[in-house]
Amino acid sequence: MSETEIKPITMNFGPQHPAAHGVLRLVFEMDGEVIKRADPHIGLLHRGTEKLIESKTYLQALPYFDRLDYVSPMNQEHAWALSVERLLNVQVPRRGQYIRVLFCELGRILNHILNLTAFAIDVGAMTPLLWGFEEREILLSFYERASGARFHAAYFRPGGVHQDIPEELLEDILKWLKEFPSFINDLETLLTANRIFKQRTVDIGVVSKEDALNLGFSGPPLRASGHIWDLRKEQPYDVYSEMNFDIPVGKTGDCYARYLVRVEEMRQSCRIIEQCIKEMPKGKVISNDAKMVPPSRKDMKGSMEALIHHFKLYTEGVRVPDAETYTAVEAPKGEFGVFLVSDGSNKPYRAKLRAPGFQFLAATEHMCKGHMLADSVAVIGSMDLVFGEIDR
Amino acid sequence: MENSLNEETSNFCSIIKNIIGKDVVDSKIDFEQFQVMVPAKRIYDVLTILHSNSSFCFDQLMDITAIDYPDLSPRFEIVYLLLSTSTNKRLIVKIKVDEGELVRSCENIYKSANWSEREIWDMFGIFFSGHPDLRRLLTDYGFEGHPLRKDFPLTGRVQVKYDVDQNRVVYEPVKLIQEYRDFDFLSPWETSFSENENNKDSESDQN
Repeated sequence: MSETEIKPITMNFGPQHPAAHGVLRLVFEMDGEVIKRADPHIGLLHRGTEKLIESKTYLQALPYFDRLDYVSPMNQEHAWALSVERLLNVQVPRRGQYIRVLFCELGRILNHILNLTAFAIDVGAMTPLLWGFEEREILLSFYERASGARFHAAYFRPGGVHQDIPEELLEDILKWLKEFPSFINDLETLLTANRIFKQRTVDIGVVSKEDALNLGFSGPPLRASGHIWDLRKEQPYDVYSEMNFDIPVGKTGDCYARYLVRVEEMRQSCRIIEQCIKEMPKGKVISNDAKMVPPSRKDMKGSMEALIHHFKLYTEGVRVPDAETYTAVEAPKGEFGVFLVSDGSNKPYRAKLRAPGFQFLAATEHMCKGHMLADSVAVIGSMDLVFGEIDR
Repeated sequence: MENSLNEETSNFCSIIKNIIGKDVVDSKIDFEQFQVMVPAKRIYDVLTILHSNSSFCFDQLMDITAIDYPDLSPRFEIVYLLLSTSTNKRLIVKIKVDEGELVRSCENIYKSANWSEREIWDMFGIFFSGHPDLRRLLTDYGFEGHPLRKDFPLTGRVQVKYDVDQNRVVYEPVKLIQEYRDFDFLSPWETSFSENENNKDSESDQN
């Protein structure tokens, strides 16, 4: 009997699939149960953020950043605020910097809880998601008490943060911080040594250190591949340079290592939050440069200049000097960068948003090739994809 | 502190100029970030050198992006954002290309360029030669035009809806109930930073 060529089967995964974490359409070429080719089709959530930002003032552009990676909104705002501050050469008061770092780390925990527990449900564990959402609810209430919104906060502004936090909030966060490590331990008892979880994740989607660098990886997936690189340490912004924390690094670069790195990052975030609360100074939370920061309500009632400043800032906006900058922050998913080009007017000429998930998804084929179909779900889960930032 | 930083930056600049000096058309330092402009035809070689150089191994290409200047010729600037994780340095490499000009793809130096170049083709219509799979990335199947060009309208050109009679999704030209309002709030007067810069000397005198 002569050998017959079996034509590979083309298979569609998504765009509506619970394990796709959003609107991802993946086209697989399958050889039986083995993936030969994976071609992600993205853009189903493309809203043209970069184009929209070009027609808005610098302050109006800020809320778009909440809608990129909507799982950890404030970390994105941070990148925008930092890049505008850099162009305008504005200093942020110490208390403002501490609040920003505090909320960035809360955002990191918020993000990792969702990712780890959703990852677990993808590979068959139901309970972590239910437990995780309870913790997320508490964190979102902290967000709400500071900014008034649970998700789309628009809290970080160029120059600092919008308003000061209520006094009791820090005590409540500290109280929560005492209980949170036990949640991480509980999560680990469910997953870390779990036989099924390990069978689904160990040695799946392995990325070597060289490949991870070449593929443009950053954040936890890069560290899981064994490369020590964290922008909070290497190129510190705000008060990260004064914080004491360690960078967890993986060895194997598989889905399991990416899980372990994120779990440890939550513990390190707790350390940073604790330091922030203990060391937080008193004072202003936003710069007092009247040409770019709106005056307080109280001033507006009594001062004509304040009223004019307020009116000008919310109509014309701020004129930003003619320059270019690339500013990156260590968002929970990886390096989130803003390449901002200003032409000296009140609107950005061009803003390119560098989303970490974009490069992870581009590497899907690299990670899935030769694995079984069911493993693609584990790979997608471990990459921490949110389509708000990938499709922009 | 500032002096030492500047010295470090200038050292870095001179090393980069040593490595790719003959290709550098223009260079500047913006906010401690070093930018070099190279000829469009040389970009592949420059990136190869920067990727494999032993003293400054730029091991990561974080992103590629383009800027559209419709009034200039050449019209587009392509920006390569490089990062060296071993020396903790960033470098911005730029080229200028005109509409219809081919740029050599650097996908086989940095794999991360694959999707970035697809995105630029999609958004700006700049064609990369030697790219393994240059399809549109973010826009709809069968989309026409390049949205991030400055002459593309913000509202787009087509809208989609589900048509009950035809029992399928149909495309039609954009219809807006209200015209898109774009107010020009920009004051014709000299404001903000230009004023601030002029006043800087007088302010420091007061202090």
